[in-house]
Amino acid sequence: MAAVMAPNAPVMNGHGSGRAKWKHLDTLLSRPGAYTDPEAFVPGEVPIASLDNARILVIGAGGLGCEILKNLALSGFKNIDVIDMDTIDVSNLNRQFLFRAKDVGNAKATVAAEFVMKRVPGCQITPYVGKIQDKDEDYYMQFNVVICGLDSIEARRWINATLVGMVDMDNPDSLKPLIDGGTEGFKGQSRVILPTMTSCIECQLDMHAPRAAVPLCTLATIPRQPQHCIEWAHIIKWEEERKDIVLDTDDPAHITWLYEKALGRAKEFNIEGVTYSMTQGVVKNIIPAIASTNAIIAASCCNEAFKLVTSAAPCIGMPGTNNYMQYTGDAGVYTFTFEAERKEDCPVCGNLPKDLSIDPEQTLEALVESLAERPESQLKKPNVSTGQKSLYYSSPASLEEQTRPNLKRKLKELLDDGEEMAVTDPAFAIAFRYKVRFR
Amino acid sequence: MATDHVPTPPPLHDLPTAKEKRYDRQLRLWGASGQVALEEAHILLINNGSGVTGIEALKNLVLPGVGEFSILDSAIVGEEDLGVNFFLEDESLGKFRAEETVRLLEELNPDVKGHAITEPLESFIQKDGNLKPFTLLLVAAPIDYASLRKIRDLALASQTPLFYTHCIGFFSHFSVQLPPAFPVVDTHPDPTATQDLRLLKPWPELQDFAKRMSDGLETMAQHDLGHIPYVCLLLHYIEKFRSQHGKLPESYKDKTAVRDMVRAEGKDEENFEEAYAAVLKSLTPPTIPSAVRDVLSAPETQNLTSVSSSFWMIANAIQQFVTKYSVLPLPGAVPDMKARSNDYITLQQIYKTKARADCAEVTASVRSLAKSTNRSTKLEIPANEIENFCKNAAHIHLVRGRPLQLITPGEKPSFGDRAKALRSELTNPESLIGLYLAFLAFDDFTATHIPPVPAHPSSPSGVLVPGASDSTLEADTAKLTATAHTYLDALIDESGNRLEDPEYSDLKAEIEKYCTEIARAGGAELHNMASLTGGLVSQEIIKVVTGQYVGVDNVCLVEGVASRMGTLKV
Repeated sequence: MAAVMAPNAPVMNGHGSGRAKWKHLDTLLSRPGAYTDPEAFVPGEVPIASLDNARILVIGAGGLGCEILKNLALSGFKNIDVIDMDTIDVSNLNRQFLFRAKDVGNAKATVAAEFVMKRVPGCQITPYVGKIQDKDEDYYMQFNVVICGLDSIEARRWINATLVGMVDMDNPDSLKPLIDGGTEGFKGQSRVILPTMTSCIECQLDMHAPRAAVPLCTLATIPRQPQHCIEWAHIIKWEEERKDIVLDTDDPAHITWLYEKALGRAKEFNIEGVTYSMTQGVVKNIIPAIASTNAIIAASCCNEAFKLVTSAAPCIGMPGTNNYMQYTGDAGVYTFTFEAERKEDCPVCGNLPKDLSIDPEQTLEALVESLAERPESQLKKPNVSTGQKSLYYSSPASLEEQTRPNLKRKLKELLDDGEEMAVTDPAFAIAFRYKVRFR
Repeated sequence: MATDHVPTPPPLHDLPTAKEKRYDRQLRLWGASGQVALEEAHILLINNGSGVTGIEALKNLVLPGVGEFSILDSAIVGEEDLGVNFFLEDESLGKFRAEETVRLLEELNPDVKGHAITEPLESFIQKDGNLKPFTLLLVAAPIDYASLRKIRDLALASQTPLFYTHCIGFFSHFSVQLPPAFPVVDTHPDPTATQDLRLLKPWPELQDFAKRMSDGLETMAQHDLGHIPYVCLLLHYIEKFRSQHGKLPESYKDKTAVRDMVRAEGKDEENFEEAYAAVLKSLTPPTIPSAVRDVLSAPETQNLTSVSSSFWMIANAIQQFVTKYSVLPLPGAVPDMKARSNDYITLQQIYKTKARADCAEVTASVRSLAKSTNRSTKLEIPANEIENFCKNAAHIHLVRGRPLQLITPGEKPSFGDRAKALRSELTNPESLIGLYLAFLAFDDFTATHIPPVPAHPSSPSGVLVPGASDSTLEADTAKLTATAHTYLDALIDESGNRLEDPEYSDLKAEIEKYCTEIARAGGAELHNMASLTGGLVSQEIIKVVTGQYVGVDNVCLVEGVASRMGTLKV
């Protein structure tokens, strides 16, 4: 498709001796395939030039990112940028294979880029150590494809909304295909998104519902599980006893403190099973991660990028076709590849407000809290307003203070049945539009 | 580090070691016992062709800390290797590929030892005992077919797990050959599938507790009512149902009647909501899954010897337990539920105590079996192994390993007792059986074509792949397709069940496409597909080596155009 084809610059390396290294790749690219579209795929120098000229942005240089950078470099891509704000931790070394023990503490993006460039000469990788939010539309406009290997839903939502917002119907180059991978233990998914044309990450948000939080009163008064004791130490006890110290979950002394508090509480209630490892897991919300699943998902993402740029075979993600591959590897090997559909009421790429059924007797506070838990919104710091008035603002502090009294009021006092309500969150460049329906 | 002045707490007994820190994210999956098993393994990769898939698989085994690995590969690094294999560098040119890949893989983990074997495959496998040191063999196609047959037979005889893999263009495959009995106890089932509360078969302690908790339920203060554990609520309503109907609520209609009783008294309390939601799945009589019955009635369980593996010994003891009580030992886990702390802990204890009692009975049987079979005390079965078996009894899994299917060059393949099942794959639009047939045809091609002399330096075993040169591409594609079509017909014939049009013609067209793509690649691996396949293979190797999780039994296919994977049993 036009939007992703790199400009037809002159071929830098023809089929000369310079490409001996790419013999395997070139064999495939120089022959038509059983699935290639003769209109889109001209075997030989054209797909090779597309690889030479394409600019790819990789978001994340962790478990998936390391694999993605290696895969792109060995798929013949020459111009890659990588963004990651993290530094290397010893627990990364069981899968993030571009890092060694000596690299612990250094920036992931830099170390990863240098390693791959050294191993695959001729591939230019530009690292950026920082947040994706530091960059503006002009920056993202440079790329032909964006590949995400992230563990954060928030970052995914941000880049998704940004890429959707960048689409200018008069400029096909403004449409940046987004390929997203994710893993958890033996499971994962890879998906291809054509912003505004196909289902976006926000449309699919309810497939990644947050885990239900344990009610505060359980933690405070009736713990039953070792995890309840840990959460008690984490959420309640730390605030009570060490309010002036910022909790650093990477500081072993802090984890040890929480562990001991949790252990004491568990003893008091005869609860078994609190361990240091569990404390760390609960407090840091650790998701198990292994090299094999990362390899599978990263390769699937890069395979789609390769097909997209070269047209050597059809990629998934075209409108009206499959765009999502769900992978399960803990019992046999199983994939479910399907078409996730666009939602007309998607707050990012849709046009319609979403119906929101509410109890008019409920308080605004209850509604605000529910926005964090609703699978399709997951907004932790929402600002709520209607066309006329600001109902509640989580920030800035002055507005929060001004609107706080509303929290205790019933919704029927603040809203009319059928009224449209906007919810925003400073973490995302998205305005959720809801049409309020009284139950 | 934070600069707080809280005194350092006294050292704790379970602070993570350096190794536990490094492996933290995987230990949360396969635990310390899985890690020990992984560290005791020595994997041999028999590498051929462009040889990337096996190296990528090893990468994912070296990283989590496999004990040792060896690479048997007599190829010399050529320029074309550098564009597809990440574990080679410019300086590797002209050196042995095995030595260079071992060197660069070893960098990933100082705890792992690698060995390079540069002796030609054909001579290496002739020597008796050369394959002995290895816990698992991984063979990459294209390979000299006589050697593959020899490796297969050696692995069968020594019961060494064997993986065989193809990765060509956008497609790949691997087959797994496991020993005839490969049991898995730690299958890691989904936690929601493991709940076994025995609500229709409660024991006296549980009944007494439930009675105490729900005593005077109708007149109870709201706060107390809201803290009755839902398990006790359900037992209360089951009892009520029984006193009204004179039977247990086993049918769907009965269960919904119980559910209505819960709803009628509930009034928005969280524990009543939990009880309501649990009725349909919790009010089931304890059953023994058929896969477990198969294990309990297996000949190995029935005919114990003094050297039977612990798995069969415990299975026999469990079988005795089942004969006596018609149920499996109680696993003993209780899900979290709204309740006061001490009530929940008491309930948990009631389940744990019963589980321990069941396990003690099984253990006593195991010990007496050890005596009656004259088992050496050196082979004594650890108590925690018996406990683990009892806990997982409903989810144990037994793989009956089957020999790797090899074709006889130039002849029709036989699918044996799998022919009928594989025939039914032909009408399943999701099945990738056509791709499997195409890979079998690929093997026939390599086995029946001799490469022009001199062979390419990177294929010293003298294997010619379809599509190796532009001039023969068309002819090779046609040959490959014709062979795969013959195999399709052979399968249909053997199953005795014809396939009608349009399915038959559609399938032939699909197979032709697979063959066209395979020949197009000319034996070349695409790095992405090699990495993906290496990921799958390493995942399955980890399952086999740790003896945990349910693995592929016994063929896996990857279709990288439509982004699909699938499995078959051949």
